[in-house]
Amino acid sequence: MNFRIISALVLRYIFLYTRTPMRLVELVFWPVVDLMVWGNLTMFLQENTSAQFAHYLLFLIGGMILWDVLFRAQQGVAISFLEDVWTRNLLNVFVAPVRTVEYVTATFVIGFLRICVTVLVLSVLAFVGYHFNVFSLKWSLIPFFVNLMIFGWSLGMISTALILRWGQAAESLAWAIPFFIQPLVAVFYPVAKLPIWLQGIALALPATHIFEGMRDVLNPVIGHASWKHLGMAAGLNVVFMALAAWIFASTLRATRRKGLLTKFATQ
Amino acid sequence: MSPTADPEVILEARDLSREFDGVVALDRFSFKLKRGEVLGLLGANGAGKTTSMNMLLGLTTPSSGSIHAFGRDFFKNRVELLKRMNFSSAYTSLPGNLLVWQNLLVFAKIYGVPDHKKKITELLELFEISDLRQRVTGQLSAGESTRLNLCKALLNDPELLLLDEPTASLDPDIADKVRKTIRRVQSERQISILYTSHNMRDIEEVCDRVIFLHKGKVVTEGTASEIVAKSQQSSLEDVFIKIARSGDIVE
Repeated sequence: MNFRIISALVLRYIFLYTRTPMRLVELVFWPVVDLMVWGNLTMFLQENTSAQFAHYLLFLIGGMILWDVLFRAQQGVAISFLEDVWTRNLLNVFVAPVRTVEYVTATFVIGFLRICVTVLVLSVLAFVGYHFNVFSLKWSLIPFFVNLMIFGWSLGMISTALILRWGQAAESLAWAIPFFIQPLVAVFYPVAKLPIWLQGIALALPATHIFEGMRDVLNPVIGHASWKHLGMAAGLNVVFMALAAWIFASTLRATRRKGLLTKFATQ
Repeated sequence: MSPTADPEVILEARDLSREFDGVVALDRFSFKLKRGEVLGLLGANGAGKTTSMNMLLGLTTPSSGSIHAFGRDFFKNRVELLKRMNFSSAYTSLPGNLLVWQNLLVFAKIYGVPDHKKKITELLELFEISDLRQRVTGQLSAGESTRLNLCKALLNDPELLLLDEPTASLDPDIADKVRKTIRRVQSERQISILYTSHNMRDIEEVCDRVIFLHKGKVVTEGTASEIVAKSQQSSLEDVFIKIARSGDIVE
């Protein structure tokens, strides 16, 4: 793996974002809208519930912020790929001495940078507007973030593979895929509230364990994340990352074999 | 299959074949490109030029056959070999939101170009687009964009250059300038070039040798004047039309 090439690819995305302020607005605008919706709902519910449960309700804001970690990481991978498609630059990159792993790693870095921007803005606004301190998640904050980011990367690779396979007609998947799994990973409610038959599927996804863990930390009775949830999230992430890498690599091979890459890249 | 031992052979394709859903796009296509040689691939739409080019860049895998570049198996050493190659096409572009110098800087870094600032300045001057350095790439005209793509293609001082219709959509004046610049750079640096075009003037002025393809097969090859003489046509364009309509150079 060549870090010079990764940094060059990252530099390209940074140029792209700084040259196009609307993209920065996108990084902040929708998350802030979400925060306002969930923040105001939380305040309304807090005013109409017991004092003990009122604090626990902050998990709605925590869930929203952590969901954005996953979503931005996924978008970092999928949208970075689409940027190359939209600008008809894909062939230039694929005929340069860039290894697939370097290309994908650069999109991971962009995912990480997108998270940094969004979470920073949301954390400040959530604290100022709704008295939610993201650091109330204590030391669990780091494994929560890391696990959600890795799962987002995996989803990003799967989204990209599907777009590679089905062409630009499938590009809406770049936005849709995270929302396919959102009801399953129990962002805003405990997994126990899902139908029994769905709970097994939900618990097979790493993000579910993170959102369960977050609620445990904010729950005044429990107050900490269980090692079981963190361990399950980390283990499942290894499986999902390996699966996503395999899907991406085999789709790319198939795309080359079928001659779809050039058709797709020059459409 | 081992490549030709001749170190002067920069690129060698042997029996390259490619089928798409039962349709033969390329049928046992073989050729050698020597150091400092410009080889033109000619043929009507669907003749197999782009398929060949895509395989030579590793974008499409052949159904059978082999490609060796610099004496090494291309598919086994793709990334290493791509460092010594480059590519420009009328059908690709650099990200439109970036400034011209930003696009070149990114690719200079990807290719690990030493003293990239000097190199970028040199290439912009070579193609007479120094004044565009701070311009947004998406606002360039077709001619400016083509010259920028060529700057990108020469950033790493490639030994092997693949040019896919580099003068498509250019006006005759710019096309002439581009051809002359390519030829000058090629002869100064002894670059081997594989060149596809539908513009016969391009082929006659730039290429040392030409291969005509029709429905994935080689119909004829030689210098442009040899092919014209062999086919008893009055120009290369007539040969092109003849082959496109009948699949051969003679009745």
